[in-house]
Amino acid sequence: MNAVDPTVRPGVNETFVLNLGPQHPAAHGVLRVKMTMDGEYVMRAEPVIGYIHRMHEKMGENRTWAQFLPNTGRIDYLSALHYNHAYVAAVERALKIEVPRRAEFLRVITSEMNRISSHLVWWSAYLIDLGGLTPLLYAFDDREKLLDLLEAVTGSRLTYTYFRFGGVYNDVDEAFVRGTRQFVREFRPRLKMYRDLVTTNIILRKRLEAIGPISAELCRKYGATGPVLRGAGVAYDVRRAEPYSVYPELEFEIPTRREGDSMARYLVHMAELEQSLRIIEQGLDKLPEGPVMGKVPRVLRPPAGDYCFAVEAARGRFMVRLVSDGKDVPYRVKLRTPSFSNLSLFEEASRGMILPDALALMGSLDLVIPDIDR
Amino acid sequence: MNPTLDQLCDQFGRLVATGPSGSRPPSNPPAPDAPPAPIQRTEHAAKGYDLEVTVAPTAVVMAAEIMDRAGFALDAITGVDWIAQEQMEVVYDYFHPTAPGRVAVRTRVPRARPEVPTIAAVYPGANWHERETHDFFGLVFAGHPDLSPFLLPEDATFHPLRKDYQP
Repeated sequence: MNAVDPTVRPGVNETFVLNLGPQHPAAHGVLRVKMTMDGEYVMRAEPVIGYIHRMHEKMGENRTWAQFLPNTGRIDYLSALHYNHAYVAAVERALKIEVPRRAEFLRVITSEMNRISSHLVWWSAYLIDLGGLTPLLYAFDDREKLLDLLEAVTGSRLTYTYFRFGGVYNDVDEAFVRGTRQFVREFRPRLKMYRDLVTTNIILRKRLEAIGPISAELCRKYGATGPVLRGAGVAYDVRRAEPYSVYPELEFEIPTRREGDSMARYLVHMAELEQSLRIIEQGLDKLPEGPVMGKVPRVLRPPAGDYCFAVEAARGRFMVRLVSDGKDVPYRVKLRTPSFSNLSLFEEASRGMILPDALALMGSLDLVIPDIDR
Repeated sequence: MNPTLDQLCDQFGRLVATGPSGSRPPSNPPAPDAPPAPIQRTEHAAKGYDLEVTVAPTAVVMAAEIMDRAGFALDAITGVDWIAQEQMEVVYDYFHPTAPGRVAVRTRVPRARPEVPTIAAVYPGANWHERETHDFFGLVFAGHPDLSPFLLPEDATFHPLRKDYQP
């Protein structure tokens, strides 16, 4: 028991494997990371994914174009409306379906509400990772109001299937418009409070500043998008790069930070909350009267060929690539999800970090595990 | 009208014309009635991408190098099983972080021997996408460091997105 292996010199080249997950509070889901550690330092962190893989892409080949729609709300469950949007818009593109303007505005308004609720979940979960438990109680209070508003119009609180080919499922009423305006009014002072109490907090800044730098070049090589890319100083936003819906008519900024560290990604998220509020306000101001559903053929048979559609989801670029062979069932549905690409750079970015910093980096990537595994 | 895409067309033109030996791009399109040229400008509003290039399987690495030099980022890699034509298609999607332009690079390999070289040396992010495509289609990415099951169970030997897959 006390025998000493003479070939092992203590403290030199001694590594061990640390299994983070598949169930770990910092992973927010079933993500396993096989970490080769040298003491407290991460030599290699290899994500092991697929624990909740559901093969959505195969399901797409086994049901009609319309029947696949509910699946899209269950990939990134925090950002369901954006995923709805990409899929319905890809099918609309294939079939040249016109969407009424009121429906387009409702899509944008509800999408941005969904973005706020998604960012709030990320924010509170991330702070728990870093040891701050209280902000969650405040953030979920705000989020509750959003979920109530969205529930009244979409019928669900999380896995929405609100967007339909040719428009949206349900028109909004006066109460929704009033309630959303009230939310925007009330949320701005809350954001200031979050800034004063959390963002400027010295403990948070010490945990995040200069931790986990990710360069724009690294993002490009791995296809990382969303707040990760914008936190590296690149103003890439699908809403501007490949304009869709009525976003070109709305004014908003693309928040970026040059630092590329975890704090930069944090600040980009926080700035995006304010921009989403701006978009919601403008959308409500400009909301035209009219129908919310366009003319849609009874049986959908997109002409043979392939069609892509990308949207800016809460975590970055989400793209649907559809291949049709002219039948009423898709020939191929490819789902390009942001969390997958964002996590893929983790191995390279975390090399040489100490473990708690690597977790601060992982949290700042804003991962949703079903979005990685699909 | 888009200088980035014009340059790309130029470079791909040379790649398709001279290319590696025996690199005639296969001429079998998804729509049998309209065989596409190897380099095609497409309408973004109609297709969701601006340029579509079909190259020989041996030329995908050179295509990736062209895209890399032009500053594009890797969007996704995926496959399509064209079982009726006994072919597998591999599609490489690229987007540009700072300039407009979406590009799809395609290649086709025989279904009996579905093999293309890996582009992970050019785009390290391709590693995961290729591993996933191997899972789903059994496409072999020659030179890839690790093609063990990724999203599928670790002992999986099946490829669920092949059209002849029986559960």
